[in-house]
Amino acid sequence: MYNKGTIIPGLIIFVLLVTFPLWFNAFSTASDVPKVELPPGGEKQCVAPAAEMRASHMVMLNEWRDEVLRDGKRTAVTVGGKEYRKGLQMACMECHTNKEKFCDSCHLYTSVKPYCWDCHLTPGQAKKETH
Amino acid sequence: MKYAFSFLVVIALIVIAGLGSQIPGMPYLFGVALPYLAMMIFLGGCVYKVVQWAKSPVPFSIQTTCGQGKSLDFIKHDRLEAPHTTAEVVARMFLEIVTFRSLFRNTKSEIHDGPHVTYESSKWLWVFALIFHYSFLVIIVRHMRLFLDPVPFFIDWLEFGDGIFQIGAPNWYITDVGLLLGCMLLFSRRLITRHVRIISLVNDYFPLVLIFAIALTGILMRYFLRTDIDIVNIKQLLVGLVTLSPTIGAEIGAIFYIHLFLVCALLAYFPFSKLVHFAGVFLSPTRNMKNNSRAVRHINPWNPRILPHSYAGYEDEFREFMVDAGIPVEKELSPAKAEEIN
Repeated sequence: MYNKGTIIPGLIIFVLLVTFPLWFNAFSTASDVPKVELPPGGEKQCVAPAAEMRASHMVMLNEWRDEVLRDGKRTAVTVGGKEYRKGLQMACMECHTNKEKFCDSCHLYTSVKPYCWDCHLTPGQAKKETH
Repeated sequence: MKYAFSFLVVIALIVIAGLGSQIPGMPYLFGVALPYLAMMIFLGGCVYKVVQWAKSPVPFSIQTTCGQGKSLDFIKHDRLEAPHTTAEVVARMFLEIVTFRSLFRNTKSEIHDGPHVTYESSKWLWVFALIFHYSFLVIIVRHMRLFLDPVPFFIDWLEFGDGIFQIGAPNWYITDVGLLLGCMLLFSRRLITRHVRIISLVNDYFPLVLIFAIALTGILMRYFLRTDIDIVNIKQLLVGLVTLSPTIGAEIGAIFYIHLFLVCALLAYFPFSKLVHFAGVFLSPTRNMKNNSRAVRHINPWNPRILPHSYAGYEDEFREFMVDAGIPVEKELSPAKAEEIN
């Protein structure tokens, strides 16, 4: 083999780069796989089935935001005889009261940064966050 | 119809993964065994390729120069186009790899009435390549959020920048569009430009179709086919893969296995196809050699070892025979030897 002095370090760098996740995870403390916290109040019903909410809650929240803030359609949604006002804090967080456990645990684990909290204040944290 | 075959192969791969992953027990094949196998083929294959290349000697100093080489002091030396030192070579290689300078020089030739040939600068290939490669790079780095636990800050930044338009939910990424667009542009270039079309082979079309399908299945999984796509489950599997303890927590939708299987196919195909240019670009002698052939003699490593042979040495070797044959010699035989012969 020619040019060993550059080829071998080059190959080592390549292998280290490709296996980066392997040794990064080996040298960092893993977090537990998050489990969604069920509503503390014991509510069983939501605006949509659990699987659908899990997969596309962000789409629904986005639609609600557009309808309420941009089109002024504030009519409540009625599902199974129960009325839900369109809004993160008015509907979702009525039952799922704990933001850290219900929202943040999965979002942090998968590095999802929803910009809900750019405008919304975390319930109970209103005094701390002022931006 | 070389391009049609590429589509057929990719469709076949999609069908295999789509149907195969639905058979009970098979998710472990598609989600665990094949990714490990593909990754080993990728790593092993790339290292093998590079070692094979490194074993081939470079008999001549064959750098391509595009500017004035180092000469007399009053002649301006083009340091980047005709590098004379290692530092200049490194600078040239860096710009080649990061900005694709050789594609920037692409020209379009046309025959006009006369007949005469014209050449004009054609930057499209360069633009398409930049869109394609940088989108692909950002997407690969962005995917690290699914493999790394905890997610390092620079991946957050990259994701934020990529989704800066904040369109839709989940956020729409610039690079997703870039990759699809890049694939389509490079593919249509091969179809539309006649002289490129005639030299295009299945192994030119296939990677483009495959990468397009990977991007498309990824986008479908993120925005449209959300059934059983729970990102927490997926991350659990992928972190499991890289910590060597993979588990499939709950059922994951077929689109995920299709996406993953196509990526595995790409990884396994990578080292043995034209895609290995990502390693080859570092080892191309026309770029990584110094343009110093007037200052330093390039010695072909496979030259046999031939030592200089002076006349004095020649005479030393054959003196007896020369004297014997009556050929005049510069240095006479020693008396003892002369006696022996006579």
